[in-house]
Amino acid sequence: MLSVFAQIYEQPGFFVEVVLGGLMAGVLYALVALGFVLIFKASGVFNFAQGAMVLFAALSLVRLMEVMPFWAAFLASCAIMVALAFAIERLVLRPLVNQEGIVLFMATLGIAFFLDGFGQTIWGSEVYTLELGVPKDPVFILESVFEGGVLVNQLDIFAAVVAGALVVVLALFFQKTKIGLALRAVADDHQAAQSIGVPLNYIWLIVWSVAGIVALVAGMVWGAKLGVQFSLALVALKALPVLILGGFTSVPGAIVGGLIIGVGEKIAEVYFGSQIGGGIENWFAYVLALVFLLFRPQGLFGEKIIERV
Amino acid sequence: MIYRETGQFKISYAADQAIFPIRQDLIGMLLILAVAFIGIPLLATDYFYLAILIPFLILSLAAIGLNLLTGYCGQLSLGTGAFMSVGAYAAYNLAIRVPDLNLLVIFLMAGGIAALVGVVFGLPSLRIKGFYLAVATLAAQFFIDWVFLRIKWFTNYTPSGSVSAPALDIFGYVFATPRQHYLFVLVIVVIMALVAKNLVRGRIGRAWMAVRDMDIAAEIIGIPLLRTKLLAFAVSSFYAGIAGALWAFVYLGSWEPYAFGIDRSFQILFMIIIGGLGSILGCFLGAFFISIVPILLNQVPAALGVPISTATASHLEYMIFGALIIFFLIVEPHGFARLWQIGKEKLRLWPFPH
Repeated sequence: MLSVFAQIYEQPGFFVEVVLGGLMAGVLYALVALGFVLIFKASGVFNFAQGAMVLFAALSLVRLMEVMPFWAAFLASCAIMVALAFAIERLVLRPLVNQEGIVLFMATLGIAFFLDGFGQTIWGSEVYTLELGVPKDPVFILESVFEGGVLVNQLDIFAAVVAGALVVVLALFFQKTKIGLALRAVADDHQAAQSIGVPLNYIWLIVWSVAGIVALVAGMVWGAKLGVQFSLALVALKALPVLILGGFTSVPGAIVGGLIIGVGEKIAEVYFGSQIGGGIENWFAYVLALVFLLFRPQGLFGEKIIERV
Repeated sequence: MIYRETGQFKISYAADQAIFPIRQDLIGMLLILAVAFIGIPLLATDYFYLAILIPFLILSLAAIGLNLLTGYCGQLSLGTGAFMSVGAYAAYNLAIRVPDLNLLVIFLMAGGIAALVGVVFGLPSLRIKGFYLAVATLAAQFFIDWVFLRIKWFTNYTPSGSVSAPALDIFGYVFATPRQHYLFVLVIVVIMALVAKNLVRGRIGRAWMAVRDMDIAAEIIGIPLLRTKLLAFAVSSFYAGIAGALWAFVYLGSWEPYAFGIDRSFQILFMIIIGGLGSILGCFLGAFFISIVPILLNQVPAALGVPISTATASHLEYMIFGALIIFFLIVEPHGFARLWQIGKEKLRLWPFPH
C-alpha cells in the first residue's frame, strides 16, 4: 500500500498521466450518463436502452458515412435518432403512461433488445472503424514540468472538447430557450407543467430526441476510440455507477460523477489492480459509487427525497 | 360457472386459511402436479427434458427467489445471476473439498452461503432505494463475476476456469438420465415453491409487503426494517443459490463464470415482470414464457425454410423478443398472473351473461 504512494511521489509525471487518462475516460462515461439523466429528469423513466441507442446511432453514422460526407451522415443520423424518439414515444411510452417505474424500466429493456437486434440487422454486425479525421497518435505535453513529459492521446483531447461543447450547448438550450424552460418545468413537476399548458407528449418526444443526439455524439466518440461494434451497447453499464454517484436527476452530477469514476477507476487499475489479480475495472466503479452512496444516498447532486407517510 | 365457489362453506379457521381455499384451485393444482409427476415422465423425450423442462423448472426457482425480494419486498435487484453463481460455486467447492458430503446437504449449504452473501449485498438497501438500489446490486453482479473469474481457488485452479460437477449421487442412487434429473429438480422446485407460497401468506410475507408498499409506514407500525429487508435478501439469495447449484450440477454439468452473467440476471427479472410481480404462479408463467420463446423463435426460420444466416437469425430473435416484451407490458403491465386472475373472474359467470 505504502509502496504505491512512494511510486506516485517518485513519478509524478506518470501519476498526472494516469489522472489525465482517467479524466478523459470519465468524460466519455459522462457523455453516456448525460443521456440517462435527460430522460430520467423529464419523464422519470430509467432508460436502460441508452447503451443500445449509442450503438444504434454509431452504426447509423458509420454506415451512412460510407455513402456520404461526414456532415451529411451526421445530420441524417440525427434525423434517424429523432425518428426513433418519435417511434418510442408513440409505440412504447404513450400506451404505458402512468405505469410504475419498474414497468417503464422493463419496457426500456425491451427497447434495448429490439434496438440491438434491429441495428445489427439493418446495418450489419461487423466491427467498423470510424474515421473522424482526428489523429490518434499520442503526444507528449507538459515536458517542461515533468521529466519525460505526459503522454496524452489526441483523440481523447478531441473527445473532451466535443463533450465540453455538448454540455455548453445543452446548458444554453435548457437555460435560454423556451423549450428548455418547458423541459425544466416538466422535470420539476409533471402535473404542474401540464396544468399550465406544457404538452407532455411533445416534451417527451423532444427529450428522447435530445437523448438520442447525445447518444449519437457519445457513439461517435466511443466509436472512434474503440471501433463501432456490439460492445458499445455495454458502455451503458459503465455509465450506471456514474449515475448513482452523480444523482439520477443532475446534469452537473453526470459530469462530475463521470470524472470521479474515470479517475478513480484508472488509479485503482494502474496502482492496485495488479496486486489483486487484475481486471478490476468491471466492478471497481460500482464499489466506489456504493461507498459514496452510503454517505449520500441520493448521489452527489441528486435531489433529497423527503418521504411522508 | 366453471370457477364458482358457491356452496363451499368454510366452517373452520383451518379451512379458511388453507393454501388453496377454493376447491377448483386445489383440484387444478393436483391435476398439474399429477401431469408433472406422472404424465410428463410417461410421454416426454430426452430433448424435451433437456431443452425445455429442466431449464424452465430451475429458472422458475430463481424467479421465485427474485420475486420474493422484488415482487413482495419491493427491493429491485439486478444481481440474481451473481447469487446463483455463489450457490453453484459453493456447491462445487463443498463437493470437491468435503468428502462424503450428501448432495442434498451440499445444496442446502450452498443456498445458505448464497444467503449470507445476499445479506452482505443487501446492506445498502437500508440506505438507498429504488433504481439506486438496482444499480447497487449490479455491483454484486460484477464483483462476484470477477471473484470467480480471477480467484483461482474457487475454480480449483483449473487452467480454463471451467469446472465440472460431480455425478448426482444421493444415498448411493445416481441420477443419470434426463428423466431422473427432471424428477429430482421437480421435487425440489415443488417443495421450495410450497415453502415460498406459505412464507408470503404468513407474518413474514405480510411484513415484506408492508415494506414494499411504504417502508416508512411499515416502520411506524412496528416492522423492523433492518431485519425484514435483510431477511428478504437472505431468503431470495437462498432460492437463487439453490437454483444456481441446480443449474450448474443438473442442467449444465460443467460451466464457467459467464453462465451466470448479467444476462442471466436480466432474464430472471424479465420472468418475474412478464409473469407478474408478487405472485408465485407468475414466476412459473414468466419462466415458461421467457425460456420457451427463444426456442420457438429459433425454430421459426428453419420451419419456414427461409435461408438466413445464424447471425441474422439471432438479431431477429433479439428484435422479436424485445418487441414481445414491450407488447406484453402494454397489454398487461401486471403480468400473466393478472391475466389469469381476470380470466378466473370471467370464468365465474361464463358461459352465462349474469
